[in-house]
Amino acid sequence: MEKKFFQTSIKDSLFTGLIALALFGPIVGLRTVAKNEVLEVHPKWFIVLIIVIVCAVGRFLTNLYVYNRDQKTGIQSSIGKSISNFLDTKGYQIALTAIIFSVIFPFLPFTDRYLMDIAIMMLTYIMLGWGLNIVIGLAGLLDLGYVAFYAVGAYSYALFAIHFGWSFWICLPIAGIFAAMFGVLLGFPVLRLRGDYLAIVTLAFGEMIRILLLNWYQLTKGPDGLTGIPRPSFFGLPFKSFPDEGEQTFHTFFGIEYNPMQRIIFLYYLILVLALITNLFTIKIRRLPIGRAWEALREDEIACKSLGVNPRNTKLTAFAIGAMFGGFAGSFFATRQAFISPESFTFIESAIIVAIVVLGGMGSQTGVVLATVFLIGLIEVFRDFESYRMIAFGGAMVLIMIFRPRGILATRKPTITLEKSSSK
Amino acid sequence: MDTAYFLQQLINGVTLGSVYGLIAIGYTMVYGIIGMINFAHGDIFMVGAFIALISFILFALTSIALPIVLLLTLLIAMVFTACYGWTVEKLAYKPLRKSFRLAPLISALGMSIVLQNYVQAAQGARIKTLQPVIQGGFTFMEDTGFTVSLSYLQIFIVLVTIVLMAIFTLLITKTALGRAQRACEQDRTMTALMGINVDRTISITFIIGSSLASVAGMMFVMYYGVIDFYIGFLAGIKAFTAAVLGGIGSVPGAMLGGLLIGLIEVFWSGYISIEYKDIAAFTVLVVVLIFFPTGFLGKPDIEKV
Repeated sequence: MEKKFFQTSIKDSLFTGLIALALFGPIVGLRTVAKNEVLEVHPKWFIVLIIVIVCAVGRFLTNLYVYNRDQKTGIQSSIGKSISNFLDTKGYQIALTAIIFSVIFPFLPFTDRYLMDIAIMMLTYIMLGWGLNIVIGLAGLLDLGYVAFYAVGAYSYALFAIHFGWSFWICLPIAGIFAAMFGVLLGFPVLRLRGDYLAIVTLAFGEMIRILLLNWYQLTKGPDGLTGIPRPSFFGLPFKSFPDEGEQTFHTFFGIEYNPMQRIIFLYYLILVLALITNLFTIKIRRLPIGRAWEALREDEIACKSLGVNPRNTKLTAFAIGAMFGGFAGSFFATRQAFISPESFTFIESAIIVAIVVLGGMGSQTGVVLATVFLIGLIEVFRDFESYRMIAFGGAMVLIMIFRPRGILATRKPTITLEKSSSK
Repeated sequence: MDTAYFLQQLINGVTLGSVYGLIAIGYTMVYGIIGMINFAHGDIFMVGAFIALISFILFALTSIALPIVLLLTLLIAMVFTACYGWTVEKLAYKPLRKSFRLAPLISALGMSIVLQNYVQAAQGARIKTLQPVIQGGFTFMEDTGFTVSLSYLQIFIVLVTIVLMAIFTLLITKTALGRAQRACEQDRTMTALMGINVDRTISITFIIGSSLASVAGMMFVMYYGVIDFYIGFLAGIKAFTAAVLGGIGSVPGAMLGGLLIGLIEVFWSGYISIEYKDIAAFTVLVVVLIFFPTGFLGKPDIEKV
């Protein structure tokens, strides 16, 4: 028995090595390099050899592991369960600690410009993740074109601010409304489609918006992008080192030294507040009839119809509200960057946001935060290995679907439960 | 002049449509058999194009006659790309057969990102240009002021597509394998009870789909002469549109849809606007899915409780 198992394992790993050779031989082993405008092939057999050996040996080891897997699976799932349980019972304290930490973060001694930039980026993604969580997590609609609303928010903020000179606080709601309108406009025809068709159509819409932004030169300046987007001001007090004649700025008003970090810190708090509003809104709306209708619709559409829930309108509100928060995040992005171009709104952005929501556990607000810190941290740490980090990113999506299809925080408490009766 | 211009667009459209049609077959077969959108299929097509490119470059160093080079490249691309299709299915889709509905789609999305960046890492991000492999062609209607040209390459593309389609149709309708595939489409559990290895049938479906996509990739690199690691995304969406337009799950429908999408795209860029030519395919996709979700040759999809 033992010997036969060993033999088949060897055979199996040799086969794996052969397949690996077929996979990596031509693409990795024969690198095409352009020389004087003619392509030449530069062989790299050594790397292929290493990959093939790693695959074969790895397969052999997994075979041994799979052979005694029965004892191990129990431990794995119980770890996941204990994390979820811990978060369930201590969730409130953890959330409070996280919020307090993020509030005092800019004033911690080790915080510098670089960390602040990463923190702002993470918060932007957390906000987008929470916004998309309404659509994917609550309403169960897989939206692969969420970046379109982000783009609409960013461009409408930029255009209003540049052409009319309106302040951030006026443009922000306008951008949100525009994005929500786009959500309704796009959602109205497509929301009756089934899950996977809906995903493809939203993807197509996302690309259409990007192509439109790229080619509508009169309005969007096409690939050149929009420059000179006004920075936000602190209730009318701009962040400038040299104020114009008779103008109050932030540092003259408060009588402190000018420091470029002041604007960064302000932007940080701005996105923190926006993100927390998104979160608070989601937590509250989940308990309202509309939120419960979303979750019910996610579970069973036909049952919902028979109970008198209008699926189209219900989905449409989820789509529009998710789009609105995407628009808010987009206007923040525009004001922070002061420059936007269609390059910032490619499909891969949508994929990252979807991955955040899915990895975190669809519908879990804490999960979105954990997933963002993990994924954006991963992308940031490996920033010098552009394509390798994206391979790891895509691979992570596949592995999560295989091993934890419900995300990091797999178990989900029902939003509303019956009170426990005293008699039992 | 007008007829000549129209004729030229028609020729180009049919050529492009053949490429889309071959990719679309992969989508439609996988959808038919396991009911998922294989999002990574466009990137399998891209891998096929790269393998064909590498093969052409290597053969250019030798002095083998052109017809043999074409045949060998075709076979090499099909075999190696089939390995990719098979592996992707084994790694990313097979463990998810019993998972929730959107899981395979998300996994396919991840696989698509992996394949794109893997090719980018291995082959570089810059575009790759290939010297024309087949040159020359016919020209006619020269007196009208607009010369219509029909290159040998275009004839080759359409001919190979027709031959492959014929072989493939025979495979589906006449052989035991084709019967097993059609049975799996109808009822997988029942098919397994009849003694058919369902896993293997699904694997073979992926192998066939990928090798047809690799042929499309080979034609793409010969026709345009320029590829990069990102071509799979747009071509994939357009081919998926073709599969939906023809009726998803139907193999002749995929070919018909591919032809239509090719024609629509070429006529759109010829008569309306070349900047927005990709919007044409997306618009068709949206309109078809909303108003006409069964396509031309598809079966209506009834939702059961």
